[in-house]
Amino acid sequence: MAENIKTARILKFDIFRYNPAEPDKPPYMQRFEVEEAPYMSLFLALNQIREEQDSSLQFDFVCRSAVCGSCGMMVNGRPALGCQTLTADLPEVIALHPLPTFALIGDLSVDTGRWFRSMVDRVNGWIERETEFDRASIEAPMDNATADKIYEADRCIECGCCVAGCAVANVRPDFLGATGLNRIARFMMDPRDQRSEQSWFEVVSDSEGVFGCIGMMACDDVCPKDLPLLEVYSYVRRKAVASLFSSGEDHPARREAEKA
Amino acid sequence: MEPFYTTDVLVIGGGLAGERAAIEAAASGHKATILSLVPPRRSHSCAAQGGMQASLGNCVKASGDNAHWHFLDTVRGSDWGADQEVARMFAEEARVAVREMAYWGVPWTRATPGKNSYFIKGERVEIDEPEDKAGMIMHRDFGGTAKWRACYASAGTGHSVLYAVDAEVSRLGIEVRDRMEALSLIYDGDRCWGAVARCLRTGELTVFAAKATIIATGGYGRIYGKYTTNATINEGTGAMLALNTGKVPLGNMEAIQFHPTGLWPSGILITEGCRGDGGYLVDKDNHRFVAELEPEKQELASRDVVSRHMMQRIKDGKGADSKFGPHIWLDLRHLGEQHLKTKLREIWEICRDFAGIDPVKEMIPVRPFQHYSMGGVRVNKDGQAYNMRGLFAAGEAACWDMHGFNRLGGNSLAETVVAGRIVGQRVAQFVDGETLDVSTALTDAFKKEQEARIADWMSRKAEGPSVYDIRDAMGEIMIDKVGIFRTASELEEAVAGIKDLLEQVKTAGLHNSKPGVNPELTFALRLEAMLKLALITAKGALERQESRGAHSRVDFPQRDDKNWLKRTLARWPVGASEPELSYEPVGMLDLPPGERGYGHATRIPLEQSIEDYNATVVEAQKAAGKQDTVEPMGSQIQWGAWEQADTKAASS
Ligand SMILES: Cc1cc2nc3c(=O)[nH]c(=O)nc-3n(C[C@H](O)[C@H](O)[C@H](O)COP(=O)(O)OP(=O)(O)OC[C@H]3O[C@@H](n4cnc5c(N)ncnc54)[C@H](O)[C@@H]3O)c2cc1C
Ligand code: SF4
Ligand code: SF4
Repeated sequence: MAENIKTARILKFDIFRYNPAEPDKPPYMQRFEVEEAPYMSLFLALNQIREEQDSSLQFDFVCRSAVCGSCGMMVNGRPALGCQTLTADLPEVIALHPLPTFALIGDLSVDTGRWFRSMVDRVNGWIERETEFDRASIEAPMDNATADKIYEADRCIECGCCVAGCAVANVRPDFLGATGLNRIARFMMDPRDQRSEQSWFEVVSDSEGVFGCIGMMACDDVCPKDLPLLEVYSYVRRKAVASLFSSGEDHPARREAEKA
Repeated sequence: MEPFYTTDVLVIGGGLAGERAAIEAAASGHKATILSLVPPRRSHSCAAQGGMQASLGNCVKASGDNAHWHFLDTVRGSDWGADQEVARMFAEEARVAVREMAYWGVPWTRATPGKNSYFIKGERVEIDEPEDKAGMIMHRDFGGTAKWRACYASAGTGHSVLYAVDAEVSRLGIEVRDRMEALSLIYDGDRCWGAVARCLRTGELTVFAAKATIIATGGYGRIYGKYTTNATINEGTGAMLALNTGKVPLGNMEAIQFHPTGLWPSGILITEGCRGDGGYLVDKDNHRFVAELEPEKQELASRDVVSRHMMQRIKDGKGADSKFGPHIWLDLRHLGEQHLKTKLREIWEICRDFAGIDPVKEMIPVRPFQHYSMGGVRVNKDGQAYNMRGLFAAGEAACWDMHGFNRLGGNSLAETVVAGRIVGQRVAQFVDGETLDVSTALTDAFKKEQEARIADWMSRKAEGPSVYDIRDAMGEIMIDKVGIFRTASELEEAVAGIKDLLEQVKTAGLHNSKPGVNPELTFALRLEAMLKLALITAKGALERQESRGAHSRVDFPQRDDKNWLKRTLARWPVGASEPELSYEPVGMLDLPPGERGYGHATRIPLEQSIEDYNATVVEAQKAAGKQDTVEPMGSQIQWGAWEQADTKAASS
C-alpha cells in the first residue's frame, strides 16, 4: 500500500489532450508530474492536476465511489474506472487516454451517456408488459433467488469499460457489447417481462447482437463490477439458439450454430 | 444545437425525482424534456445504498406496520419541524410507490419463509418468517423507525430504482438533454417560463421555453467542500436558480444532516443498513459507547443523535488515531462473510477498493460527514414554489417539507418517487390550462445576462486565490463552524468568513481561457451561488436559537417549541449583499409536539394550544408567498389517526 512508501514517488502522467473547440490543434500527449500521496486515486490525482497545473483539463467524475460509471478511461492501455484505480497499484509513468469506441467530448471525457441510451432503446431495455400498474393491488411475489439473479445482472453501471476493451466493438460501431448482452439477459430472466422468445430473438440475432461476439472475453477481465459476463454471454447465446431452432427459421447464425 | 427550444414541462434534473415527475407529465400527454448535468443514470440517486421506506409490513419485525406508524416515525424524526400534512401524504403514497417500482423492474430483496437469522441489538436472533409473506418485498431495519420498513435491493437500492425509472423514461420516449446545465430561470414578474442552459459538451447557450418548470436538482452537500458523502456535482445549482429570482424563498437551509458513517477520510458513504443489519460502533478502547448512551435504539437512534455521540466521543479523546485524524470504528465482522458479500456487497467492495480493508476481518474507520440537505426550494404540497407561478420543485432540491430538521434514512429515496408522482400530476394539471406565452425579447434578455456573465469570467485573469482555493476555504469554514455542534460565536465567524469569500469571488479570475466547455469556467459559474447558499445556511443557523433535529446549538441545547416551531425562509433580493430571513409556521399540527424517544433533549413547550397554532397557519403561509393548492390546506390530514398506531408499544 502507498502508506508504506518511505519517500513519495513523483508520478508522471502522460495525458491525451484534445479540445474539439480548438479544431486546429491536433491531439497531443501532455506530461504532468504529481507527488504521490497515501490512498491516491486517479480521481484525486486528476483533480490535483486540474486545480494546480492545467485548469482546462477535461475528465468526468460524479460519485467518486465506483457506482455511477462516469470515469471510465484507458489507464496504461487498459479500460478502468479512474476513481477506483489507486496510483499505488501503478508504475511511475501513467498513460491516460479516453475510452475508444465512444464519441470524444474532450481530453479524457467521452460520451458514454448517449451510447448507453441508444443501447437501451435498441434492446428495449425495460420491462415489456401489456398491463398497467394497479395501485390498489399488492406486489406480485417473486422468490428471492430470482430477485438475486436479476440484481446480479442489474448491477452494470454503464461505464463502458467492456465496450472499450472489446475488439469487435472497436471495429463495429453497432455492436451491443457485453453490457448490451448483459442488459438483454437481465430482462430475459425477469419473469415480469412478457416478451416472447421470438421477439427476443429479433433483438439478439443480428451480427451486432450476440453472434457478433468472438468470445475472447476481454470484457469479462475489465469489468470493474465483476459482472459474470462469460456466463451472461453463454446464457444469451443458449437462449438465442434455442429460440432459433424452435422458430425453424433459416438464419446464418443458425447455420453457424449447427456447424458448431 | 438550436438556440431556442420549446416544451410543455421542463424538468431540470434527471435524478429520481425529476425523472419520476417527467414520466407523470408525459403519461398525461404533455411533452416533457429533462435536462441533466450528467447522463441521468449517473445522477446522485444511483449512489443511494441501503433502502427505501414503505410500510408494507412483510416480515415478522415489520408486522402490524402501516402508514400511521410511518407517519409517526417521520414526524418524530423531523423533531416536529415537518409539515405534517405532507408527511401523511408521503407515508400513504410510499406503499404504492415501492410497489410501482417493483412493477417497473426493481429487483427488491424478497422475504424467504422459514428460519432467518438476524443480528438485533448485538445478538444473533433466529426468526421464523411466515409462509404467507413468501416472495413479498423484504425489509431491513433503519434508524429512527418503530418497525423494520426499509425495502432494499442488496446495498444498491438507488442504482436499481434509478435504472428502473430511467428505463421507463426511455420506454415512453421522453427526451433527455444530458450534459446540459440550467444557469438561470426565465421569468416575467412572478411567472416562470423555462430556463437558459449551457451545454457541457460545447459551452453553447440554449433557451428552453416551457409552460411549467420543475427544479429537481438534488442536494448541495458540496458547500461543505470535501466533507460530504455527496457526489461532486451536488453543488446547489438548482437552489441557486430559485434564489436568483430574488422572490422564491429557500426553506430551512440550516437543517443539514450529517451521516454517522462516512468512510474516513474519503467520505464515501457506508450505509446505515450496516448498523441496521447489526453493525457496532466502537471507540478506540473497543467500547460500544452508542449502545450504552442509547439503550433503547442503540446504534439505530436517528442520525443526528448518533453523529453527535460520535463527535463527542472524538472530542473526549476516545477516537481511534489515524494519520488523517481521529475516527470511530464500525465493526461488521460478526455479521460474517456470507452476509457481507451478499446483503452488503457494495459496502464490502467500497472497503476493498477505497480503503484496502476487508470488513470480514477488519473494522472500518468512519466519521460523520455532511450527507443530506433537508432544506431547499420552498414549495406547497402540490410542489409549487412560493411566489412564482409555473415553477415547481421536487426531491432533495425541494423543501416540501416532510423531513423538518432530520430526515430518516430511507425516507429520501421514497420521497423522490412519491413527490415525483404527486408533483408530476399537479404539473400536468397546471399545464392543461396554459399556453406558452413568452416573448423572445424576454428570453433574449435572460440569455444575454448569462452571456455577459460568461464573458466577464473569461475576461478575468486569475491573480489572487483560484476558484478552487475559494471553494476549499468555504468547505473548511462550513465543516468547522457550521457543523454538528454549533455556537453563536463560531457561526458569527462563519458568516464573516463567507462574506469575505463572496468579496473575493468578485475579483477572482480564471487560469485558462480556452473555448468550449472549459471546466474551470463551468465551476466558476457555480461558485458565487455556492457561497450564497453557505451564507444562508450559516445565517439561518445563527438566528435559530434552539436545538432541533440535526441543528444542534451548544448555547441553546433545548428544542424551543414556544419560539421556534417555525420554518426559516431565505430570499436573496436582486442586487442585495445579504439574504433576508423570515419565518412561517411549520404547518398544521396533527401529532402534538412531544419527545422523540431518543437523544435525551429537553424542550420548551408550545404555549399556544394546538388549535390556536393551527388557526394561524393558512394566513401566515399565504403571507409568506405560498400559492393556493388544488385541494385546500389540511385536506389530507387524517386527524388523530396516528393514535391507532401509537396505542401499541413499538414492536422492536
Ligand atoms: C451516498 C448516499 C447514499 C444515500 N443512501 C440513501 C438511502 O439508502 N436511502 C435513502 O432514502 N436516501 C439515500 N440517500 C439520499 C438520496 O439518495 C437522495 O436524497 C436522492 O437520491 C436525491 O434524488 P433527487 O432526484 O432529488 O436528486 P439527484 O439524484 O441528486 O439528481 C439531481 C439531478 O439534477 C441534475 N442537475 C443538478 N443541477 C442541474 C442544473 N443546474 N441543470 C441541469 N441539471 C441539473 C443532476 O444532473 C441530476 O440529474 C443517499 C445519499 C447519498 C449521498
Ligand atoms: S467476449 Fe470479446 S467480442 Fe464478446 S463482448 Fe466480450 S470482449 Fe467483445
Ligand atoms: S458490464 Fe461491467 S464493464 Fe461493461 S458497462 Fe457494465 S459495469 Fe461497465
